[in-house]
Amino acid sequence: MTVALETVGLGKSFGALQVTRDVHLSLAAGDRHALIGPNGAGKTTLVNLMSGALAPDQGQVLLAGRDITTLSQARRVKQGLARTYQINQLFADLSVLENVVISLSERAGAGWNPWRRSSANSAVIDEAVVILAQLDLQDHALSLVRELPYGRQRLVEIAMTLAQRPSVMLLDEPAAGVPSAESHIILDVIAALPDHIAVLIIEHDMDIVFRFATTITVLVAGAILAQGSPADIANDEQVQAVYLGDGGDV
Amino acid sequence: MTEHYQTARHFLRERERWRWPEALPWLAIVAAFFIVPDYLALGTQIVIAIIFALSLDLILGYAGIITLGHAAYFGAGAYATGMLSAHLGWGEPISAMLFGGIIGGLAGFISGWVLLRYHGLTLLMLTLTTAILMQETANAAEEWTGGFDGLVGISIWPLLGTFDYDLWGKTYYCFAVVVLLVCFLVARTIVHSAFGRSLVGIKGNVERMHGVGTPVHGRLVTIYTISAAMAGVAGGLFAESNAYVTLDVLSFSRSGVVLIMLVLGGTGRLYGAFVGTAVYMTLEDELAKLSPEFWEFGIGLLLVVVVLFFRRGLLGALEDLRVRRS
Amino acid sequence: MGQVANAAIVILFDGVAYGMLLFIMSVGLSITMGLMGFVNLAHGGFAMAGGYVLVSLMVGLGVPFIAALVLAAVFVAVLSIPFERYLYRRLYEADELDHVLLSIGLVLMATAAITFIYGPSAVSITVPDYLNGQVDLGFGTFPAYRTFTIGVGGLLILGLWYGFEGTIIGAKIRAAVDNRRMAQSIGINVDRLFVIAFALGSGLAALGGGLAIEIIGMEPTFALTYLVFFLIVVAVGGLGSIRGAFVAALLLGLIDTAGKYLWPDGGAFFIYAVTITILLIRPLGLFGRA
Ligand SMILES: Nc1ncnc2c1ncn2[C@@H]1O[C@H](COP(=O)(O)OP(=O)(O)OP(=O)(O)O)[C@@H](O)[C@H]1O
Ligand SMILES: [Mg+2]
Repeated sequence: MTVALETVGLGKSFGALQVTRDVHLSLAAGDRHALIGPNGAGKTTLVNLMSGALAPDQGQVLLAGRDITTLSQARRVKQGLARTYQINQLFADLSVLENVVISLSERAGAGWNPWRRSSANSAVIDEAVVILAQLDLQDHALSLVRELPYGRQRLVEIAMTLAQRPSVMLLDEPAAGVPSAESHIILDVIAALPDHIAVLIIEHDMDIVFRFATTITVLVAGAILAQGSPADIANDEQVQAVYLGDGGDV
Repeated sequence: MTEHYQTARHFLRERERWRWPEALPWLAIVAAFFIVPDYLALGTQIVIAIIFALSLDLILGYAGIITLGHAAYFGAGAYATGMLSAHLGWGEPISAMLFGGIIGGLAGFISGWVLLRYHGLTLLMLTLTTAILMQETANAAEEWTGGFDGLVGISIWPLLGTFDYDLWGKTYYCFAVVVLLVCFLVARTIVHSAFGRSLVGIKGNVERMHGVGTPVHGRLVTIYTISAAMAGVAGGLFAESNAYVTLDVLSFSRSGVVLIMLVLGGTGRLYGAFVGTAVYMTLEDELAKLSPEFWEFGIGLLLVVVVLFFRRGLLGALEDLRVRRS
Repeated sequence: MGQVANAAIVILFDGVAYGMLLFIMSVGLSITMGLMGFVNLAHGGFAMAGGYVLVSLMVGLGVPFIAALVLAAVFVAVLSIPFERYLYRRLYEADELDHVLLSIGLVLMATAAITFIYGPSAVSITVPDYLNGQVDLGFGTFPAYRTFTIGVGGLLILGLWYGFEGTIIGAKIRAAVDNRRMAQSIGINVDRLFVIAFALGSGLAALGGGLAIEIIGMEPTFALTYLVFFLIVVAVGGLGSIRGAFVAALLLGLIDTAGKYLWPDGGAFFIYAVTITILLIRPLGLFGRA
């Protein structure tokens, strides 16, 4: 199996606070990998380092074997590495449709063209309609993102990333803040992601993690505590001691 | 599926459709030519200020770049055009104005490349001090710019070799209006393009734009350069129509006034530049004659009221009124 | 040789006096901008108000200089409270553009109002005899008034240092500058803190405005003319840093004085060049923290 994304000895500190410590993590193509750990463990920071939102102090990030450590976030996205945000990062005052269109125009390379009307790009509109349908958002296409229920907004968050046609997706707590009655919609979407995409998902709900993941990495205080199949992790005494001890849902 | 496609397409087109109220400012501009021919000199200055405010709207209203130094590019254009004539003897109005635009754009590109990596107060201070630095430079380079006394000796040839400068300023009014029309069409095209929408995205949420692979700095520098070039064109026109350039073209107060005019009309809607500028300059012309203090106090008060209660400017307030009615 | 040394001393002394004056007028802006994040372009308006109130007190009511100075500062401090409560406060959550616009509007109104009341030309006062002429400081004689200004600035630094490091309210302000939400969550009444800091800052500006009449003059355009300098002191020094404001003000005073003395035509050039360079290298200012 080819390695889609790999980090080598990644380290990051904020002042005196060491948030990422010597993290080696690798995602194979088509992987379903869960990253778990208590609040403040440094999971989001790790995603920021991988996606290029933050520069690491030590170590490298490799995408399909190529060193991308010094590339900008935009370059990484162009090479197939896309992420969602734990807290919605959307254009709240624009329609759902246009959120997706902006993302798609960017991927289609239209973002540099100041002369062509954005609405004249039928390929982009076409694809936007497809993506919205795929996420069951077609009836909300014309609503402002701000007016959408939170659960739907989380779907838009995923749509923005899907529009980039990534080979690796980093999902930072995609169902965070969504009432449990609605979270299954999001999980169904994630479960239905194409097989060739490697997915790293950060999630606190252990039921979801164990249902979804083929590999689990446990991050505690910035360092990897354990890594392995769900069965390995469930039986790992260290993990149980520091993490799963109190009943599963952290 | 096709039905959804049609709806989506229609929805996106709706925003950029020409609407009949858009004809109003242009009708007013044409009507002014016939109705108040005595005021065409003022009219020309208003049209030039509209071009300048429009250029600011591109970066402030669309890309969300807050600047206190936009006069830097207006002034660069004015001096470029003026010096071309005063020192090199070239007075062909169209090319001289375009030269002002090029120099303004160049200044915008260089300063934008450096400054647009910064944000918030730092960016505010950097734009402010850059413009003042340019003003001080112009002041010190007396041999070239005339320093404090201003640049004299600008002589502009007849437009298209035929229409000479007339006492009533008809020629320059028409010239300025045509330039405004071109600038407006350029601006309107830009803001409705994918490029323009990416600027709106940057203004709305930079984080997300990085996340969808937008080279944010490059986009900002590009629109900044376009805007600076447009400001430079306005400056060039200004130099030609007055045949005189002083340090005032680079001043903080010019940067401030253009900001006030734009905000008064409403940012991020192109026509805000028209309305705000026309209202500001007409009022100024009338009131400042009566009592400068009264005018200054009034504009200050208006600004405070607009910021607190009508943040979307006069056009925004009109829009709200219409929405509430229906 | 002696002439060069003399010139150097004059520049140094005038520069420090001017720097102190700028410090007194800007330090309040640094505190309020650090605390509330409000880009207040109208800060100079409070300095100007101080200057004109001082003139009214001395010329109109015959109040002695020192007493008038203190009274003017107190008066403006109190006067500034409704501005904070009813205008500034409404825009704390808004972005810099709104701050800039509101405060430009206020400056314009202040300028117009002062012109209307006092007329457009510069005003002057008669300072008491002991502040006229020269004083002998042992190592040389210096203009008495500038020496006095430096002295006031020095006292102020000591006072502020004690106020911020040694009192509860100072500790609270420091905590709120560092992290407003955290301060709020441990029960600090941030709203009240804002009022106090704003009034203090405006009062200090007014004190500076009163002192400024004899050094840089006072006319209705004062607030607009010196606005850029105040902002530079704050931005170069670093938001909310008293030490930063002090260093930046001295730097500005010295460079400006030296520049004008040595190269009258382009002297102001230096300040802006230095400011831009510092901000490019240290976007948060010399003593600013993220
Ligand atoms: N920009 C920053 N500056 C300083 N400290 C930071 C920054 N970003 C994160 N931290 C700190 O780093 C630590 C890890 O944060 P991070 O957001 O990566 O945790 P997390 O595992 O995603 O937590 P959660 O489950 O709550 O999302 C926290 O203590 C946080 O306060
Ligand atoms: Mg997180």
